[in-house]
Amino acid sequence: MSIATGRIPGAGGSGSPHRRRRPRRAIGGAAAALVVASTLAACGGGGDSGATPVLNWYINPDSGGQQTIADRCSEESGGAYRIAVSILPRESSAQREQLVRRLAANDASIDIISLDPPYIPEFAQAGFLAPVPEDLAGRVTEGVVQSSIEGATWDDELVTVPFWANTQLLWYRKSVAEAAGLDMSGPVTWEQIVQAAQDTGTIVSAQGRRAESLTVWFNALIESAGGSVITENSTDPEQIQLGLTDEAGQRAAEVMALVADSGVVGSAFSTSSEDTSATQFESEDGGFMVNWPFVWSRALSAVEAGTLDASVPDDYGWALYPAVDEGTPSAPPYGGINLGVGAFSDNVDLAYEATECIVSDENQAEYMITNGNPASSQAVYDDPEVQEAFPMADTIRESLEQAAPRPQTPYYSEVSGGLQREYHPPSSASADSGQRAQDLIGAVLRGEQLL
Amino acid sequence: MTQTTLPPVEKTQPVSSPRGTISDRSRAERKLGWLLAGPAFLVMLLVTAYPILQAVYYSLFSYRLTDPENRSFNGLENYWVVLSDPLWWQSVFITLVITVITVAVELVLGFGLALVMVKALRSIRPVVRAAILIPYAVITVVSAFAWQFAFNINTGFVNSWFAWLPGVDATTDWFGGTGTSLFVICLAEIWKTTPFISLLLLAGLAQVPEVLQEAAKVDGATRWQRMARVTIPNMKAAIMVALLFRTLDAFRVFDSIYIMTAGANGTESVSFLAYRQTIARVEIGLGSAVSVLLFLAVVLIAFLFIKGFKVDLAQARGER
Repeated sequence: MSIATGRIPGAGGSGSPHRRRRPRRAIGGAAAALVVASTLAACGGGGDSGATPVLNWYINPDSGGQQTIADRCSEESGGAYRIAVSILPRESSAQREQLVRRLAANDASIDIISLDPPYIPEFAQAGFLAPVPEDLAGRVTEGVVQSSIEGATWDDELVTVPFWANTQLLWYRKSVAEAAGLDMSGPVTWEQIVQAAQDTGTIVSAQGRRAESLTVWFNALIESAGGSVITENSTDPEQIQLGLTDEAGQRAAEVMALVADSGVVGSAFSTSSEDTSATQFESEDGGFMVNWPFVWSRALSAVEAGTLDASVPDDYGWALYPAVDEGTPSAPPYGGINLGVGAFSDNVDLAYEATECIVSDENQAEYMITNGNPASSQAVYDDPEVQEAFPMADTIRESLEQAAPRPQTPYYSEVSGGLQREYHPPSSASADSGQRAQDLIGAVLRGEQLL
Repeated sequence: MTQTTLPPVEKTQPVSSPRGTISDRSRAERKLGWLLAGPAFLVMLLVTAYPILQAVYYSLFSYRLTDPENRSFNGLENYWVVLSDPLWWQSVFITLVITVITVAVELVLGFGLALVMVKALRSIRPVVRAAILIPYAVITVVSAFAWQFAFNINTGFVNSWFAWLPGVDATTDWFGGTGTSLFVICLAEIWKTTPFISLLLLAGLAQVPEVLQEAAKVDGATRWQRMARVTIPNMKAAIMVALLFRTLDAFRVFDSIYIMTAGANGTESVSFLAYRQTIARVEIGLGSAVSVLLFLAVVLIAFLFIKGFKVDLAQARGER
């Protein structure tokens, strides 16, 4: 306002020949100043909160849970900050594409980011994430499931704050397992599941689509067989060593082909996603499925909406992710969201303060109950309300403890894209796939081939 | 989507006009022309020439967006990587297949629709025109989703409606193979852009002089003879323009592939390849090289068409 009012005396031009017109001009100038001032106030968010720093939180789409948490934390901060939520695209790869482009241009408007774990090394290595304060790092990793801490770490340093952690379970129809005589109280293998489905004429649902979900499946298979996609990590793309031709890699390809060729995966396996799997599993042919826990809330809401019979979710059983080899515990997929703070943000300290509020146990518990996204904090699973909403809470926690993250590398999109190209369709996975994928990814990382 | 226009054809000066001198009037007109077109020309330079030149510049570097410090000049190596990769040639092939099929079908269908629009009864003509143009008004991504949902094995109705066709049953997975995926992609493209071609052809039809039709009728030409000897030769220019625009457009096909298959089963087009290198892999250098090659391909198509266009005009004048 001071700028505008400061201009008014000059506008009349003191001592100018047009003195008589001065009052009218002054009125006009004052009116303009008023308009400018009120517009500025409106931009600042209304009233005296113009002084409150606004933190922009870029979130993945959910059922509104992150918005609720943002509002609560803004209120609890007592005016220290206000969190404004912006929604990113639906696909995690598209979320990454947008964030990478904007952060590469030093976008200062990005304060807090909901990040999918596989992309964290890339962001950290590129210097897109502000360093986590040491005292905060200690507090936000206390009592957090192991896989979630690993997923939030790059180069032995915590670079993001663990928020919620996802894992896939083996879902089965109790009636089908019973009919097949399969004992689900202990670990089961992929072979056993396929056999049971063949015996009972039911479907095994997994994600065979050429998308990130295929990498999720393949990584779980190779980790369950005791191997890893990346055996020797490096920040130099030419030094990265892959383990696809190792015994575990061969085993993973074998199991993938075994499932895809079993004749019990439904008719469109090479295009089936998490959603199509869930739909298949809800149908009367459903037998077994590997999928994220959202399928539970999905079935319950379908019952509520009247599109699914209540007896269907009653028949749902859950167990740890299937093993590749009998006697070797499986390494279930790990997913979820961690919170990063943009390196170019003007409010790094405040943003970290806000992340600590966001990931509090109460918020995680509520988020899990309302949005179906499992917490990364172990204590949340003891919450009676969580236990009631998620009868499988203990299985989820156990699965998270033994889950394995996807390959952690700044070149994740190259590795994942290469895997998807060579292992799709899943029925084509063979003894040669490992070598072909290894050659392709190696050449792509050396910059000798397109992807 | 940008559209290219043909360069103005040089006017033939009357033989009697004085050589080398321009009258004051035409000089003033020329000046006015520059004044009117100048700002638009500058904006064009800014929004098209600048990005193109920048892409050419970046294509000479090894440059990853997340690793700007290690940016290094590597000459034409990116082009060598692209051109020596079978994936590039496969994408070129797929793009050509989609282009040829869609443009050929669209031309025939579009011509038929243009005839319908011309011949339709006056009372229903506006309705017919609007109905034919609706698909062109639909956003490509939306139309791609609609077609994907229609053919999807879980959500689609196609499998149950067309189960009587040989090879189609409840378990037909349209997006599970290259041929069937391309079929749906082409179908979506044809549905979406036939109205565009028919609109251009409609303009051409309207230009065919009625007196020629009358004369042919009087001479006893059949309906078919009039079509082949009078209508089509007279709208050759409109046909070529329609073909050129659609070919350029079809060669850059992206949206339908992105939505329906995301490049699975070998359905990647050249644009999709450029997207994957530049946006997904953030390899700006390599991606720019792919984009520059795509640009050159489009320029080549335009060049060939315009050359062919001139020859056709001469033929139409000389022989018939």
